[in-house]
Amino acid sequence: MSDIRTETMTVNMGPQHPSTHGVLRLVLELDGEFIQSVVPTIGYLHTGIEKTAEQKKWQQVIPLVERMDYLGAQSNSLAYALCVEKLLGLEMPQRVNDIRVLLAELQRIASHLIWVGTHGLEIGAVSMLFYAVKERELLLNINELIAGFRFFPSYIRIGGLREDLPRGFHAQVTEFLDRFPGKIDEFERLLTKNDIYQRRTQGVGVITREHAYAWGLVGPIARAGGSDYDVRKYFPYCGYETYDFKVPTATAGDVYARYQVRIAEMRESVKIARQALARISPTGAFACNDTRVVPPPKDKVYSEMEALIQHFLIYSQGFTVPAGDAYVAVEGARGEHGTYIVSDGSNRPWRVKMRAPSLMAIQALPAVVHGGLIADVVAVIGSTDVVMGDCDR
Amino acid sequence: MDANATIDILTPLVPGAAFEAGASVDFATVVVPAEHIAATCTALRDTPSLGFEVLVEVTAADYLPRTPRYEVVYHLLSVKNRLRLRLKVRVTADGSVPTVQAVYPGAGWLEREVWAMFGIVFDGHPDLRRLLMPEDWEGHPARKDYPVQIQKTAQTYAPLEISEEQFRSNLERDRVRRQPH
Repeated sequence: MSDIRTETMTVNMGPQHPSTHGVLRLVLELDGEFIQSVVPTIGYLHTGIEKTAEQKKWQQVIPLVERMDYLGAQSNSLAYALCVEKLLGLEMPQRVNDIRVLLAELQRIASHLIWVGTHGLEIGAVSMLFYAVKERELLLNINELIAGFRFFPSYIRIGGLREDLPRGFHAQVTEFLDRFPGKIDEFERLLTKNDIYQRRTQGVGVITREHAYAWGLVGPIARAGGSDYDVRKYFPYCGYETYDFKVPTATAGDVYARYQVRIAEMRESVKIARQALARISPTGAFACNDTRVVPPPKDKVYSEMEALIQHFLIYSQGFTVPAGDAYVAVEGARGEHGTYIVSDGSNRPWRVKMRAPSLMAIQALPAVVHGGLIADVVAVIGSTDVVMGDCDR
Repeated sequence: MDANATIDILTPLVPGAAFEAGASVDFATVVVPAEHIAATCTALRDTPSLGFEVLVEVTAADYLPRTPRYEVVYHLLSVKNRLRLRLKVRVTADGSVPTVQAVYPGAGWLEREVWAMFGIVFDGHPDLRRLLMPEDWEGHPARKDYPVQIQKTAQTYAPLEISEEQFRSNLERDRVRRQPH
């Protein structure tokens, strides 16, 4: 027995490993099946969006920021638009706020669907992905209806929305909202009491509330560890304080608790979306009436000189934003999506910084998986729901 | 809680620091002298009436040609008191800031990113390497004097550690082994 090799082994996981959600590379040091250390390498998707944004006009940044967290596109553009509107001092009409809330909740469901599908796939419940993607397709159809674009609608704009809701919007959203709660039950029948799933996830990758706060993790990960912090409740925006919903929490802090929290969040999102849809009239105001930012309606552009000039100025020079800085956060699917913007008073941003919840989650990963099994790494990465586009920006 | 109320609580806790209230449109902003940032963060985290236990974000902005040139910006969150706070540290072109990693472990990567993007050194940071770029990248892209829309040839992480001769001899050796018996 003297020739047993006991040195540790270094294994390279990624950047093209299917369970690393895009291009995340982990260098694992293994002692048998147990993890001695993990060194994450990120940056494979870095595209310099923040630098690019400094060269663009304010409104042109919206499509850029939507491509950061590509599964929760409209959380990014909502945070960006709210931040610029804060600097401009704009107030949105009630209807715009309600539509934004509805879109944000549908986006959260769409993101959680991809999460539950890929997470199930990695644990071994391959069929989850097909059920989840099938439902997400309906949400992408709604995006296509409102904006003609399925992944990155760029429908939320500074000063309101791009245009009014299309005909048939209410019917299509209602159809989805009526159908979806039954589908969540179906997902739960597949996973919640599944013995294999429970054994793979319970007690694995525990992140307590204190641990989460120390690593800057706020959102579903902290809520699974007992935190009740949710931006929608603590710092309400878009009128979230007028909606009736609960913030799902769990106490175990393990992978299974994060699963429970996200499933419950989808149910709450359906509740909020129903309330928002009931408030939205089929036609009405879709932007604020600030002529600095919002172009005049088309019929006026064709008939009035002032409106034509205003239209021309907005589309050629853009608009200026008062000098100063602001930070606005929204509750995205992965936690707090924040935007920090510095303006120098010109028609282009001086600095745009998006807070990346995925970056914080990957940073905390080595501490979470240390001493665990190599198979648990896959479960933990899946449960933290990282999106590399968000992480690398 | 506005900036002046925060400063009133902070001043006795951090001896020798001259805080300054900053202008803001959203929540309180306090300008902190660079050498007191770690002590200020400790006081903000451990004082119950403040309780800023989460470091949400560390970033920076380049105000070229103003002096001091940079501002490092910290966003803090107090869950139990429902408060947000922004700390700003003004840094000169060749200045540095002490790390706050001892207070908030999550600051590690955020400070690495600021170093890579702006070239602002964080004193005492245990692992100040490039985060989002290759390690041999030249320059700090988020600086205002860094050129935009440049053509750069692809860079490799490290040179191949094997020489041309070694590569050939490996091929030869493999070829010999693959002879049919």
